[in-house]
Amino acid sequence: MGIMNAPAQILVENVSHMYRPPRGREVLALDQVSLSVANREFVALLGPSGCGKSTLLYLIGGFLPVEKGAIQVEGRQVAGPGPDRGIVFQHFALFPWKTVRGNILYGLERQGMPKAEREQRAQEFIDMVGLHGFEESYPSQLSGGMKQRTAIARTLAFDPSILLMDEPFGALDAQTRGLMQRELLAIWQRTPKTVIFVTHDVQEAVFLADRVAVMSARPGRIKTIIDTKFDKNDPDIFKNSFFVDKVDEIWNLVRDEAIKAQGKKG
Amino acid sequence: MKTLIRYSPLIILALAWEISSRLGLVSELALPPLSDVIRAWIALIKDGELVSNGLASIYRAAAGLGLAIVVGGLIGIAMAWFRPVNVLIAPIVEIFYPLPKSALIPVTVIWLGFGDGSKILLIFLGCMLPVTIGAFNGARAAEQHLVWSARSMGASRLRMMWDVVVPSAMPELLNGVRTALALSFILLVSSELIVAQKGFGYLIGFLGANGTYDAMYAVVLTVAFLGFAADRAYMLITRRVLAWREATA
Repeated sequence: MGIMNAPAQILVENVSHMYRPPRGREVLALDQVSLSVANREFVALLGPSGCGKSTLLYLIGGFLPVEKGAIQVEGRQVAGPGPDRGIVFQHFALFPWKTVRGNILYGLERQGMPKAEREQRAQEFIDMVGLHGFEESYPSQLSGGMKQRTAIARTLAFDPSILLMDEPFGALDAQTRGLMQRELLAIWQRTPKTVIFVTHDVQEAVFLADRVAVMSARPGRIKTIIDTKFDKNDPDIFKNSFFVDKVDEIWNLVRDEAIKAQGKKG
Repeated sequence: MKTLIRYSPLIILALAWEISSRLGLVSELALPPLSDVIRAWIALIKDGELVSNGLASIYRAAAGLGLAIVVGGLIGIAMAWFRPVNVLIAPIVEIFYPLPKSALIPVTVIWLGFGDGSKILLIFLGCMLPVTIGAFNGARAAEQHLVWSARSMGASRLRMMWDVVVPSAMPELLNGVRTALALSFILLVSSELIVAQKGFGYLIGFLGANGTYDAMYAVVLTVAFLGFAADRAYMLITRRVLAWREATA
C-alpha cells in the first residue's frame, strides 16, 4: 500500500518526557520515542498501564510541552492544542453543564461557523451516532455508551484531520465496547481521518488498527510495530486465523512488559 | 399544605408570644404583644419610614454584595489559575478570613464617613472573602480533560477560562455567595446600628432609644423576614443555574 513511503502526517522524533508528580521524584515516562504516522492511517498505541502511551498522545495533542525531541504535524512543530487534532478521552470529558446538542455545538461555535450551518451540522452528527431524541439531555442523564457517542460526535463534528483517542472504550461494559468498536471502524472507513488510538486491549488494537505500536514498560519506548492491516469487515473476524495469530503474537510481546510493569509496582 | 405544616412551629411561637405578653408572664416593655407589633408595623409602612429606610439598607447591601461577588469571584479564579496571583493574595486572605468583620466598622467610617460609602465598603470587604474562597476551590477543581477538550476545539486560553473554569467553579462559588448573603445582612444592620442616619439598623436603634418597642420589634421582624426571603430566593436561583447537576434520567 506504500504507507511506509507516504509522507508522514505525524512525525515523532526522539521524544523523551519526564513526568513530575506534585510530590516525590520525577520519572522518565517516555524514552527516545520515534513514530511516523501516514495520512488516514489508524495506529494503535498498546502497552501496560504506566508505559507512557497516554503521555505520548497528549504530547501529539499539544496538551503537554515537548521538552526533548520533536513532534511535527503536517510538517509544523506542535506548539499547543488545535482543532486539527481532535481528542476523545476515556472518561468522555463532556461539559456537564451543556446538553448533548450544546456539547456538539461547542467546537463549531469556536470555529466561527454560522448559526444555521452549525445547528444543521450538529444534528447530522447527533443522528449519525444514534442520539436522536437525546439532544436536550445533560451528560448526567446518559449511559456510558451514550456519553462516549456524544464525545465522539463532538470531536468528529468540527472535522479534525487527526483523531486522538485515549482508551475511549475503556470505561464501557464489554458489550457496549464491542458495538462502539465496530461503529468507530465504520466511521473511520467512511471519513478520511488519521487515528491514534491508545489502548491496553490487544484484541481491540488488532481489530481496529492498521499498525500496532507495542510499547515497553516504564520508561516508555516503542518496542516494535506490528502490521495489522487486513479486511476488518469480516463478521467472523474474531475466529479468523490471521486475526487470532496476530493477537497471539502481540499478546506474547505485551505479556513480558506487563509482568515487568507489575514487578516495578510491587 | 406541606409548607404550612413545615412552618407551623412559627405559628405556635407567635401564639405563645401573644399569650405570654397579654397574660403578663413577661413585661410588655421587654416583649410587647405581637398584635401591637403588627399594628406598629402597619403604621410604619403607612408613614413611609420603613420603606425609605429599607430602600437605603437594601441599596447598601446590594451594592456591597454585588461588588463582592464580582471582585471576589475574579480574584478567586485568578488565584486558582495564575500562580503569582495566588502567592500574592493567599496570605492576605488567610490573615483576614478569621477577622470579625464588624471590627472594620470604625475603620470604614474613618475612611468614608457616615453615609452609604462606609456601609458598602464594609459589606464589600466582609463578603468578598467567602466568595473568593468558594471561587478558588471551585476553579482549582476544574477538570484537566475539560480544559484540554475546550482548547483542542479552538478555544483561546481566556475563552477556555470563561467556558470551562467559570462553570466548573460555579457550584462552590454559589455556596460562597450564600454565606456572603447572610453575612451582608449582619454587617449591614450592625454598622447601621452604630453609625447611620438611615437604614434598618438606624431605625431599630432609634425606635429602641425612644422606648417605642413595638415599632422596634416590627423592624427587627421585617429584617428577619427579608433575610429569610433573600436566602430562599437565592436557593431557587442556584437550583436553576445548577440544573445540569441535578438532572438525572
